[in-house]
Amino acid sequence: MRHGQAFALSDVSLTIEQGQQIALIGPSGAGKTTLLHTMACALRPGLGELTAFGLLPWSLSHAQRHKLRARFFLAPQTPPLPPRQRVVTAVLAGCLPQWSLTRALLSLFRPVEPDLAWEALSRFNLQDKLYARVDRLSGGERQRCGLARLLVSKALVFLVDEPLSALDPVLSLQTLSVLQQEAHERGATLICSLHQVELARCHFPRLIGLRCGQLVFDARSSEVTDQMIADLYRHEPAPAASLEVLQ
Amino acid sequence: MNRLPLPALKYCSSGMLVRIQHPDPAWYPRLFGILTLLIVLWPMLVYSEFKPWILFEAQSLAASWHFLASFAPPAHSGEFLHLLLVATWQTVAVATAGLTLALLGAIPLTLLAAESLSVSQIETGRMRLAGRLVRQAARWLLILLRSVPELVWALLFVRIVGLGPTAGVLAIALTYSGMLGKVYAEILDSSESQSTQVLLKNGASRLAALFYGSLPEAAPELISYTTYRWECAIRGSVVMGFVGAGGLGQRMDESLKMLAGSEVASMLIIFVLLVGAADRVSTLLRSRLD
Repeated sequence: MRHGQAFALSDVSLTIEQGQQIALIGPSGAGKTTLLHTMACALRPGLGELTAFGLLPWSLSHAQRHKLRARFFLAPQTPPLPPRQRVVTAVLAGCLPQWSLTRALLSLFRPVEPDLAWEALSRFNLQDKLYARVDRLSGGERQRCGLARLLVSKALVFLVDEPLSALDPVLSLQTLSVLQQEAHERGATLICSLHQVELARCHFPRLIGLRCGQLVFDARSSEVTDQMIADLYRHEPAPAASLEVLQ
Repeated sequence: MNRLPLPALKYCSSGMLVRIQHPDPAWYPRLFGILTLLIVLWPMLVYSEFKPWILFEAQSLAASWHFLASFAPPAHSGEFLHLLLVATWQTVAVATAGLTLALLGAIPLTLLAAESLSVSQIETGRMRLAGRLVRQAARWLLILLRSVPELVWALLFVRIVGLGPTAGVLAIALTYSGMLGKVYAEILDSSESQSTQVLLKNGASRLAALFYGSLPEAAPELISYTTYRWECAIRGSVVMGFVGAGGLGQRMDESLKMLAGSEVASMLIIFVLLVGAADRVSTLLRSRLD
């Protein structure tokens, strides 16, 4: 995966079975987001091969590849909800891949499946905000509202980028368990990038460690030691800052 | 330049920062630029026969004063007001019908010309050749539509469909679809596109992504620009009245030829009221969104 001149990811080789739950950990800038976008077929790898559901997405036609994208749900770290939109519309936008354009336009005037949005929101305790505007929500509410969109989608792979970054510890646990439960019931794969290493180790059976765009480990969480975590997050000494002094 | 760039600032013995005398390297280019502009502008003024002092010659002053004096009081006889009402209604109708037709043309062209709706742009940072060609074609069509002034279209259509408002409606529809399409596409491209892109990445169709991602953000600007264009269309339809497209313009043309100042004054008052009304509509619509 190329970013400018350098590759943002290199030598990353992974096989993920349908239904697995995986936490993606590593320092900031390690390439977690790039990896998630690559898996969602949103970014084309500069080199290498990606297989999804037995298909080669980048060998498919433009239209077929776009159809395949409906099976993935990519939830970015900053929830991509338009501030002026109402929560119900923002959540139901998760249905767009399976809706016809007519239905989508109708739903802008009068939400066609408000119950679906209400149920998804109630899983995160946000049902009261159904008809509120997105810009009236707090940061944490907005983040969970973005995840409610995941619940209404028909995706079979959840690629979630730091879903807990705006949440307090209690809400983090609840939110994570909703995601894991939904993935389990649907038989969907859950790949979640996290900065909360302890949560990742307790709740996910498999951990992938990334550092500087390279795979550091890919192991069952029981096999991941404190030393491996410490090495993953080890800070390189910063180069000595040179200061120019005016005379 | 034969001088080495030297620091323009230095510390004096007391430690204070002082400015030292140095020639500003941008000064001569600026002076040269202004002189060039004047030299280029002068022949333009000469060629356009720009002679404002004619306005102040005794003969012109007397004529203007005579005409302006006849403005008061504005014509307000019942018959004339009725005539004015019908003409105003025709003008507004021409502008509104023209703008509605223009929207029908502008919206599809906007969707073709906007860049933020490209899936291939997200995938690889570049648009596919086919996509680029379609966008370029749409942009050229928009340029073609708006490069011909509505007055020229109106003169053309008056020949084809005859005198009357139809020519005005068609002229506004063509020119304004070019203007609206260009500006709509630019508003959509410059609005925050993350929500649209995420919808595209999750498999939504391009139109659905536009309506659910970009539109909520761009709506106030789109409404503001559309009502402003409606205002322009009202003015445009007045001007086209002078070439026979009906409405207030045609009445004004008649009154001006008869030097009926009081009638002209009433019509100018109507213009101000119309533009003021368009302004109110815009404010009202945008405040409904907040």
